[in-house]
Amino acid sequence: MAETKVKEVKGPGVHGRHGMPRPKVENPGKLFSRLMGYVFKFYGIHMVLVVICIILSVVASVKGTLFTKTLIDGYITPMIGQENPDYGPLAAAIGNVILFYAMGVIAAFVQARLMIYVGQGTLRRLREELFTHMESLPIKYFDTHAHGDIMSIYTNDIDTLRQMISMSLPQLLNSAITIVSVFISMVVLSVPLTAVTILMVAIMLFVSAKATKASGKNFVAQQKNLGSLNGYIEEMMTGQKVIKVFCHEDATVEKFDELNEALYQSAFKANAYSNILGPINTQLGNMSYVVCAIMGGAIALNNYLGFTVGGLASFLTFNKNFSMPINQVSMQFNSIIMALAGAERIFKLLDEQSETDDGYVTLVNSKEENGQIVESKEFTGQWAWKHYHKADNTTTYQPMEGDVTFNDVDFGYTDEKIVLHNIVLHAKPGQKVALVGSTGAGKTTITNLINRFYDIQDGKIRYDNININKIKKPDLRRSLGMVLQDTHLFTGTVEENIRYGKLDATHEEVVAAAKLANAHTFIKRLPDGYNTMLTGDGANLSQGQRQLLAIARAAIANPPVLILDEATSSIDTRTEKIVQDGMDKLMSGRTTFVIAHRLSTVKNSDCIVVLEQGRIVEMGTHEELLEKKQRYYQLYTGNKPEMVTA
Amino acid sequence: MIKKMLSNLGEFKLPSILTPICMIGEVIAEMIIPILMGYIVDKGIGGEDMGYIIRTGLIMIAVALFGLLSGIGGAYFGAKASTGFARNLRKKMFDNIQTFSFANIDKFSSSGLVTRLTTDVSNIQNAFQMILRMAMRAPASMIVAMIMSFIISPRLASIYLIAVILLAIVIIFMMSLATKYFREVFEKYDALNESVQENVSAIRVVKAYVREEYENNKFKTAALNIYEMFVRAEKIVTLNSPIMMGTVYTCIILISWIGAHMIVSNELTTGAMMSLLTYCMNILMSLMMLSMIFVMITMSTASAKRIVEVIDEETTLGNPVNPVMEVRDGSISFEHVDFAYNQHSQEPVLKDINLDIKSGETIGIIGGTGSAKSSLVNLISRLYDVTGGKIKVGGIDVREYDMEVLRNQVSVVLQKNILFSATIYENLRWGDPNATDEEVKRACSLACADEFIEKMPEGYDTYIEQGGTNVSGGQRQRLCIARALLKKPKILILDDSTSAVDTATDAKIRKAFAEEIPDTTKIIIAQRISSVQNCDRIIVMDDGKVNGFGTHQELLKDNQIYREVYESQTGSSGDADFDQK
Repeated sequence: MAETKVKEVKGPGVHGRHGMPRPKVENPGKLFSRLMGYVFKFYGIHMVLVVICIILSVVASVKGTLFTKTLIDGYITPMIGQENPDYGPLAAAIGNVILFYAMGVIAAFVQARLMIYVGQGTLRRLREELFTHMESLPIKYFDTHAHGDIMSIYTNDIDTLRQMISMSLPQLLNSAITIVSVFISMVVLSVPLTAVTILMVAIMLFVSAKATKASGKNFVAQQKNLGSLNGYIEEMMTGQKVIKVFCHEDATVEKFDELNEALYQSAFKANAYSNILGPINTQLGNMSYVVCAIMGGAIALNNYLGFTVGGLASFLTFNKNFSMPINQVSMQFNSIIMALAGAERIFKLLDEQSETDDGYVTLVNSKEENGQIVESKEFTGQWAWKHYHKADNTTTYQPMEGDVTFNDVDFGYTDEKIVLHNIVLHAKPGQKVALVGSTGAGKTTITNLINRFYDIQDGKIRYDNININKIKKPDLRRSLGMVLQDTHLFTGTVEENIRYGKLDATHEEVVAAAKLANAHTFIKRLPDGYNTMLTGDGANLSQGQRQLLAIARAAIANPPVLILDEATSSIDTRTEKIVQDGMDKLMSGRTTFVIAHRLSTVKNSDCIVVLEQGRIVEMGTHEELLEKKQRYYQLYTGNKPEMVTA
Repeated sequence: MIKKMLSNLGEFKLPSILTPICMIGEVIAEMIIPILMGYIVDKGIGGEDMGYIIRTGLIMIAVALFGLLSGIGGAYFGAKASTGFARNLRKKMFDNIQTFSFANIDKFSSSGLVTRLTTDVSNIQNAFQMILRMAMRAPASMIVAMIMSFIISPRLASIYLIAVILLAIVIIFMMSLATKYFREVFEKYDALNESVQENVSAIRVVKAYVREEYENNKFKTAALNIYEMFVRAEKIVTLNSPIMMGTVYTCIILISWIGAHMIVSNELTTGAMMSLLTYCMNILMSLMMLSMIFVMITMSTASAKRIVEVIDEETTLGNPVNPVMEVRDGSISFEHVDFAYNQHSQEPVLKDINLDIKSGETIGIIGGTGSAKSSLVNLISRLYDVTGGKIKVGGIDVREYDMEVLRNQVSVVLQKNILFSATIYENLRWGDPNATDEEVKRACSLACADEFIEKMPEGYDTYIEQGGTNVSGGQRQRLCIARALLKKPKILILDDSTSAVDTATDAKIRKAFAEEIPDTTKIIIAQRISSVQNCDRIIVMDDGKVNGFGTHQELLKDNQIYREVYESQTGSSGDADFDQK
């Protein structure tokens, strides 16, 4: 237990939840288009409407800006000095502009509304797809990926993506459209001034690139320091009680100070550089404004090219409107890259190969009619394998008995390293088979093969004489009840947790299962009895109580074959003896594989298999093995074996 | 609370003050530019004075440079203040956590403390920087622009004033509604992520019970729920931008119409009107920014609250005023001890415990899951304080000792024991930083850890991974025992510390204890009868009470529980650990 727990804690350490590595995206263009493809696939119409709305609101704002020129040149200047100025045409022009403005406001409203559905909808789909796909992945995926890293996809990556889709994306679109339209308007107004503006923008981009690079370097350092500080914090908080017991506080603080200071130094530099980007760009924008004002002033003063004062006024607004979106894009750049890095991890999970299932034999309820086994819709307590033969298009039924054979099975988690060698085993229906051996001997691995959490490399496993590869995985697993060493409970009530084994179980069935597992007594003493809420993997229960619930959960499922992997390891021996009665009841008539730490609990097994380094070294009943006076004898009695075996 | 937080600024007070000042400088620069612009248009162009245009242009460039300098200053000081503030907060919390008692730690949980030290501090750092740089800038920008507008034309400027007031009311209303919704959403969101976490770690259960479909449906319902709540919350927020736009446009139209009349009747110049229109954007943008700051502050208050909780938490165990600095011997006595983890809980964990343990005795404790064995021994080194009665070590109430002295003399090997990422040497020297290599090795040989350490390629310099994942359970336990032995304590407590050690080695360790450290009082909690049956006396715990206290033989005769446990384990050594051979 402790071991796996620690592993989970270790997962997020350096490059998990807290210490995001510097975003480095292999192929940003491809990723971006894949992401956009995803968005457009479900929200194509929405997106088209959004683009139209953005164009409309940009047009409205451009029109508004141009209006300043018209206002001054076309209406106000001519009216100056008139005796009885006619405001009619001005009113008409303003009315015209109002229409445009109204259009702009409506477009902005519609766009914002649509983007909610696009953004949140995409995320919801992504989340669902992620989760359902994750559930379909083979156990291997979970065994080879740190849980913290998987979690960070849901928490960090989805979150950054949310920000990008709902904020950066529309802004990017808006900026792009604004830049294009403002550019055209500027060219129309004055080509030389446009050239000046472009020059200033080029300088701006150049400076931004420099500053981004400098801050990037420091960001790397910051992330690294953040990673090590957070890793340290996690380790120390987990071990805080040990620190107290050893009065080790001062040394702990000393190391903390060191890491904290290093983080501060790099975070300060990284932040300072990225902060500076803003004012530099703003002031460069202002300089651009000034330069344009002077040049434009000179041109307008000499009335070159028919450039008017009103034209200058409009141009200057465009100048500002031009550098603003470019500024925004450069500011958004980092967050877009960050989001793409997240998208990369999301897509990577989505691209993982799901568990394959070529099985076609299914498990059905059966009953006997006229000496023949037939399928039954209702629960009968009897099970049969439904075997469809493609060759002659017939279906046969074979009673499910629980006979499991291992035929010369080899297995390795990777092809290079075989961990189980030549396993030959036969569990007859109703037998209790115990697997004993040291950590890493391959006990749990064997049980992982029966339910096909992993597939074997060589040899055959047969279940009621059917190759388990031919059995549909869900049916295979439903026929096997598992109680694992690591009890995992779900957020929900005690009753719901027991019912997990059989979703349509009645309250009476739940209680019966709890009684069988000897869990009823303690459940009744919980504040809300069966309705007590369990949170955080049953953190409010003791390890032993959680194991009892897990046993009850297996009991209610009522499976023909049971796998008990250290199911009672955390229960004290006296309680275990009581639970054992329940367990024995549970096991009677079922084929059972038991992995146990305490040899006393397995000595009544029909067959005890002693494993060592992935090989079966001894097999037989308790008495037979004691008789042999070898490995098992040595373990059981603590005496040296009489003969030393190779 | 804000005051409490800010008191941790320390040496970063100056940059925290300089940042907004610099930001104001930047704002002033930005405000002056449109005015100068207006002059150029009016006097320069209107007066056909090229020299004036250039002069004013140069002034503008100077102003922009001033703005640049202030901006850089703001960026620099802002970064310094916020990252420094974060550093101080982390330090303050971490330091205080080191004073926490077990009860304090239980209250927050270690993962809770990690979140507070990491995520919450980051939130505060970001919010603080934002506030320093924007909170001053936005109002300053607005006020300056407003004043400028009033100087140009009070009549037109009043349009802005009305717009600002109306908009402010609308925004505040919307934001407070939105924050309420968002808070709800984020709570749900956390719950969703928790259920993902659950599925990741319990994937074997899900697959074994073929519950993928069931979990998918559960998740889909939750995801849909979140989606709907997010949409509802965002609908309010997205009203912001059209309302803003509408207000800006209305202002522009009003200024244009009224301004045109004023220009015609010579009350206003065209340049002045242009400046006014520029200020319009400035004022309303600042208002928008203010509303964002408002949201940031409300969002970060949750983090601030959680941080202050840690900083304010006072340890439940304090050192006495005149602490006793020496533990005389290893005798322990419990006098009518009651104990409950929660002061208000009805059901105490320990009830009226009376025990007398002589110095140098070896005591075994046995009892079922939840019979309060660990709770009993945790009181001895004052990891928790009793709620009633008293415990004496060396004849003196444990609450009168200096805690460090007490804990150095009462060495506990906790049930949930942990090694740290460091070499074996470094890990073991937690017990005694000044221990020589020989002393370390001796402790290891007492704990029967030397045999496997010496087999490791790097021996005592082997690096232990975080959580001790690269040693087996039994090896980890023996290392932890060695670490506790290095303290050379007067009392040694082993809380189920040899459960993963095989019987033979377990016996060897006990034998070594008896021979090598006979004067140390040893308390051994175990599940196995074999681990305790040779102890001088054995305590049988049942449901928070002492059910029996005596030698193996006595208990076998008189104590039913003990007999049952014994019988359940007899005939075999039963608990063999395969790892050791």
